Amino acid sequence: MSAPLAPAPRVRPAAAAPDGPGAPAAIRGSLRADHYAFWYGATQALFDVTFEVAPRAVTALIGPSGCGKSTFLRSLNRLQDLLPRTRHTGDLLVDGASIFAPGVDPVALRRRVGMVFQKPNPFPKSVFDNVAYGPRVGGTAGEAELPALVERALRRAARWDEVKYRLDTPGTALSGGQQQRLCIARALANEPAILLMDEPTSALDPIATQRIEELVVELKRDVTIVIVTHNMQQAARVSDTTGFFYLGQLVEIGTTQQIFTSPGDPRTEAYITGRFG
Amino acid sequence: MASPATRRIVGAAMTGATYGAAALAIVPLAAILVMLLTRGAGSLDWDFFTRSAVPVGEPGGGFAHAIVGTLLVVGVACAIGIPIGVGAGIFLAEFGGGRFGWVVRFVADTLNGTPSIVIGIFAWAWIVRPAGRFTALAGSVALACILAPLVARTTEEMVRLVPNSLREAALALGYPRWRTSLTVVARTARAGIVTGCLVAIARVAGETAPLLFTALGNQFFSTNLLQPIAALPLQIYVYALGPYEEWHRQAWAGALVLILLVLILGTIARVATRSRHERA
Repeated sequence: MSAPLAPAPRVRPAAAAPDGPGAPAAIRGSLRADHYAFWYGATQALFDVTFEVAPRAVTALIGPSGCGKSTFLRSLNRLQDLLPRTRHTGDLLVDGASIFAPGVDPVALRRRVGMVFQKPNPFPKSVFDNVAYGPRVGGTAGEAELPALVERALRRAARWDEVKYRLDTPGTALSGGQQQRLCIARALANEPAILLMDEPTSALDPIATQRIEELVVELKRDVTIVIVTHNMQQAARVSDTTGFFYLGQLVEIGTTQQIFTSPGDPRTEAYITGRFG
Repeated sequence: MASPATRRIVGAAMTGATYGAAALAIVPLAAILVMLLTRGAGSLDWDFFTRSAVPVGEPGGGFAHAIVGTLLVVGVACAIGIPIGVGAGIFLAEFGGGRFGWVVRFVADTLNGTPSIVIGIFAWAWIVRPAGRFTALAGSVALACILAPLVARTTEEMVRLVPNSLREAALALGYPRWRTSLTVVARTARAGIVTGCLVAIARVAGETAPLLFTALGNQFFSTNLLQPIAALPLQIYVYALGPYEEWHRQAWAGALVLILLVLILGTIARVATRSRHERA
């Protein structure tokens, strides 16, 4: 479960490559950044990011605040597109195909690349409706199939026993940790191949955090996970691969063990030993 | 640096001043209510709500035609103005960052500041004159012109209050932008939007000036939108200016009914907002 250390070879945007659920199982859930750079107005936030994420593994992105790791994460489902006065160069590939290719619908992309946010953000609706939201709008399930689908998603992300009698309670009435697992279930209901997590435990207490971490390790059996975290112990606990971002650059990426025991770059070493950040 | 004692005194004085200001703000409403109750409540009987105006000199009669007229004119104004206002408000909050949004916002603010009689004249020039007669519908259009910009601006404020994290959550689940705005965002802001609409309705229900040149008023019971129609504020206006004691009594009662209507709408708005806080 390791990602290549060398920069991925430069490839042209593969517009005609297989897209979505039809993609061969071998590359479903694969992710690649190819000389990706990103600007907010005149400010460049990301420089020439190139790496590849192995399918069905956990990749942690670490780095000090403002280093661009969240910008990168939010580029992967094209949420960044919605911000005014932003632009990018280079390419990002999901399942082998460019996500910026003409004909790629960002709305459809976001169903394949799910996201969990820093602060739990359930809709002010029932637990059931929260989970059913994605499939309902995606038209992937009829109303009759929804209960089974919701149960499956909740079983994967939450303790089903905790919530099965509370499907009608508002999602906002749950505890913080339960809310976050509800948000994960909500993302899983779309059956995404990739799940992006933007500091998913920074608003949670240690016990809730531990449960989310266990969940992340469980989920990687069938989902590729990219997790941004400020917590280096967390990166060490849950990830197979760790990438270190600094000042908009991907300084170093390698197996988590290698990054934390024998980092190749002095800046990585300085960060993980707590000298800055 | 003031001494603790001075600071305490200044603090108490300031607190007292705010209490005083709050009490003063209530005085006009209380005074109006007391006056209307003493002068108008006596004339409120079953006939007042069920009978229309009777010829001068004949005793009795009521405001039924004016109450029904107000409900009709305001109802049609809502049917026209609320969809436009809510739609424009959601547009302004969600997509109104550009030049067009600036123009819409500017127009709405200008309309909100336009004296209502000007809007009445506008409706007269554009609807009454070409049609050749005063109509209830023209009154509704005039009221809708007041209603829509008010609703648009309150809706915009309410939609802006929806946390961005909810928008992102919906987008990240594969929601198209317009659907996110309409379902997640507008639904979350629903209580606030409803409140804004009710406040705007209360405001236009009491408008007299825009109806003078449009709905005109009518001494007879009518539900025809293409004919002149009575309305509470118009009827109060006419009766208050009239020379008869009986008319004056009924005008007071009409004013009481009008302000009760506004108070009821305001109370509903309050309850709607409160239940939003409880749910959150």
